[in-house]
Amino acid sequence: MAMTCMEALGAYGLRSLGMGQRALPKGDEITLCEQVILIGSGLIWNLYFAVLALAIGFFIATALGLMKSSDQPWLRQPAAGFVFIFRGSPLFIQFFFVYAVLVSLPKIDASLTLGSLELGFSTRWFTKAWLGALIVLVLNTSAYAAEIFYGALRSVPHGDVEAAKAYGLPPVARFRRVVWPTLLRLAWPAYTNEAIFLFHATTLVFFSSFPTWRQSGDALYYANYFAEKTFNPFVAYPIAAGWFILVTLILIALFGTVNAYLNRHIAPGERRRVRYRPQFMR
Amino acid sequence: MFEYCSNSDSLANLQWLACYLTTLKHQSLYWSILTVLLLLAVTAPLAIALGLSGALARRSPFAVVRSLGWGYTSMVRGIPDLIFFLFVPLAMDQLLEYVRHRVLCPQETGPVWIGHDFVVCSAAKLPLGPSPEWVHDTYGFILAVVAFAIVFGAFCANVIHGAMNAVPRTQLETARAYGLSPRQVMLRVHLPQTWIYALPGLSNVWMILIKATPLLFLMGVEDIVYWAKELGGTKSARFSDFPHGDWRIYYFTGLLVFYLLFTWVSQIGLKRLTDKVSRGQATMAGGKGGA
Amino acid sequence: MKTFVTAALVSVLATSAAFGAGHSVRLGTEGAYPPYNFINDAGEVDGFERDVGDRLCELAELDCTWVTNDWDSIIPNLVSGNYDVIIAGMSITDERDEVIDFTQEYMPADPSIYVALAGADGPGETISAQTNTIQAGYVAAAEGMTLVEFANPDETVAAVRSGEADSVLADKAYLDPLIEESGGELVMVGDYVFIGGGIGIGVRESDTELKDKLNAAISTMKSDGTLNAMLEKWFPGHVGY
Repeated sequence: MAMTCMEALGAYGLRSLGMGQRALPKGDEITLCEQVILIGSGLIWNLYFAVLALAIGFFIATALGLMKSSDQPWLRQPAAGFVFIFRGSPLFIQFFFVYAVLVSLPKIDASLTLGSLELGFSTRWFTKAWLGALIVLVLNTSAYAAEIFYGALRSVPHGDVEAAKAYGLPPVARFRRVVWPTLLRLAWPAYTNEAIFLFHATTLVFFSSFPTWRQSGDALYYANYFAEKTFNPFVAYPIAAGWFILVTLILIALFGTVNAYLNRHIAPGERRRVRYRPQFMR
Repeated sequence: MFEYCSNSDSLANLQWLACYLTTLKHQSLYWSILTVLLLLAVTAPLAIALGLSGALARRSPFAVVRSLGWGYTSMVRGIPDLIFFLFVPLAMDQLLEYVRHRVLCPQETGPVWIGHDFVVCSAAKLPLGPSPEWVHDTYGFILAVVAFAIVFGAFCANVIHGAMNAVPRTQLETARAYGLSPRQVMLRVHLPQTWIYALPGLSNVWMILIKATPLLFLMGVEDIVYWAKELGGTKSARFSDFPHGDWRIYYFTGLLVFYLLFTWVSQIGLKRLTDKVSRGQATMAGGKGGA
Repeated sequence: MKTFVTAALVSVLATSAAFGAGHSVRLGTEGAYPPYNFINDAGEVDGFERDVGDRLCELAELDCTWVTNDWDSIIPNLVSGNYDVIIAGMSITDERDEVIDFTQEYMPADPSIYVALAGADGPGETISAQTNTIQAGYVAAAEGMTLVEFANPDETVAAVRSGEADSVLADKAYLDPLIEESGGELVMVGDYVFIGGGIGIGVRESDTELKDKLNAAISTMKSDGTLNAMLEKWFPGHVGY
């Protein structure tokens, strides 16, 4: 009865998206292939959360970082408060709290017709992990990254800004062409660490309030499922760990490439390498 | 708690709240804060000890020890901490029981993982079946502490390793020139300096540790998250003197405030500590390297 | 938790003398499934199963302690020895019987029902159920239904109230008091669903001696009428023995 690996790939490769075989592997029949494939399938969720949260959070964090270093109290204080709340409390509790808030929203379905395209929207989506948990992760990474950008902004050499002023660059161009590239270059090593930690933090989603639909969960949801069904933690968890190491290495390589690009004008010997800098950890 | 609570039907709002918040069940919630503090108090020194071992292992003259140290410090980079928290307690328990099974029951030679069962002889069970309640609770808590110590030890190892590299080379060379042995250099010059460089990083690890404590819930420990969820759920009049709807949002707000206060106070305390230590550093710059 | 913290502190101080006390049996339950089992205002396990368990221990002359554990990991933690018995409204099923052993049932099979907000004309498409229950297994395999899993029974009902799920599928005996108290907000929809067998006590497969003792005690409770009295107390109108 046990599946071959190819069969397992067909049945469970996209199981985390609700495609393929509906029933999860059970009983004595659970094979190593099924575990590797199903846990790997769950990784799609971790990637989805991490990529979108980082992409959206990057822009919010830039704005927050700028706000926090503003002279205007009405800009500075809300930003500082936001950063304090999201950096000062556990992400795990944030999930519970935000879910409780989102669940109490009124349920409204709306649709918008644009020509032949009909766009539907429902507040029900907020309580689903794909939107609700994503919002929490976006807010969370925005706060951490804002603090990193804020720190980097304060380290941008003043002389650079003075020189730009002397050249008569208007404020927007000054920011875009002088401050921003330097800020990014200074912040990048710490931001790389933030990205790694955020990726790892996505494992919390299905262990907090957000329910799983159709047993479609992330890598750790399935690893936990197998560990409980087989009563052997020594297979499922190491498989999940292996998947995460693999993706983390790819992530580091990608961020390293960006770092090299940001530092392309600096002599190779003087470049700041993307290093593990624990003092910037979340 | 209060006299008037014995007749819960006729309570005015404030009295009702006072009685509600002091039920024995709520007291369990308050006591569980101590669990969090206990976890922090036990884990922090363990993690620093493990971190120091890891950092020293990375500088070992033996390649095997060096790579072990490297593996230990690198693993938290690639693997989410949650995997360790789910894996370590279960794995530790099974490993200990497996070893005890092999040692204490040599007559049983069959496999211990049979299908989806893990069978060891009753003498190998941890804790032993007939042990009193607190032994079971403590054992579960210790497994959680071990998981936390391993993860945060690795974080500390990263910090301490970085700090050891940050100690100015000239100081170490000077110490060597004075004729100190490598051991003396390490104990009297290198390590005392390391702590000063490691303090900002260790402060950060402390903050992450605080924010990781609610994960105790996922290890089956009845911590503040457990009680908040339990107390916040809908209570019907048939099973409780204090019926109410879904109040989880209030309890989670409470948890959020608790943690914000905790990290805020920690931050202030750590800032003071850092200032104090750096002041000491300035006076030590005269050349007294020892501790 | 109070005792737990002091215990933990004591354990730091006292290293030995841990294994001296008399023989005790640890009863594992969920503590979140009224009227079967729940934590009362005093923070203690209460409910039908508390009554049954205490009486069984009396009859079998066992020194029993109650512990609570998440439903999700209640079987693994029995197998690993964190407690010796599961008494948590657990239906006897073949799948569970492969992993653990069951005593004879101490409560006859209870149908499962769908509960939705008033006005619903059927169970709907999105069904909430508690993870690892027979109901979750049923919905997961049913055509045209989407399973939404929650860790707690309470959350499955909250999901219906908040409109997140169309209906919840759970034991009738659990949902009945909730329907009654909701003042018309919650109603039963659709037909009875018969999924599991009766409810039994779970023990490790190796613990045959304990299982025999409990079986004998359950038989006594069935014949002397005490079990029926407890059923009537906690589940008025429920079929007895």
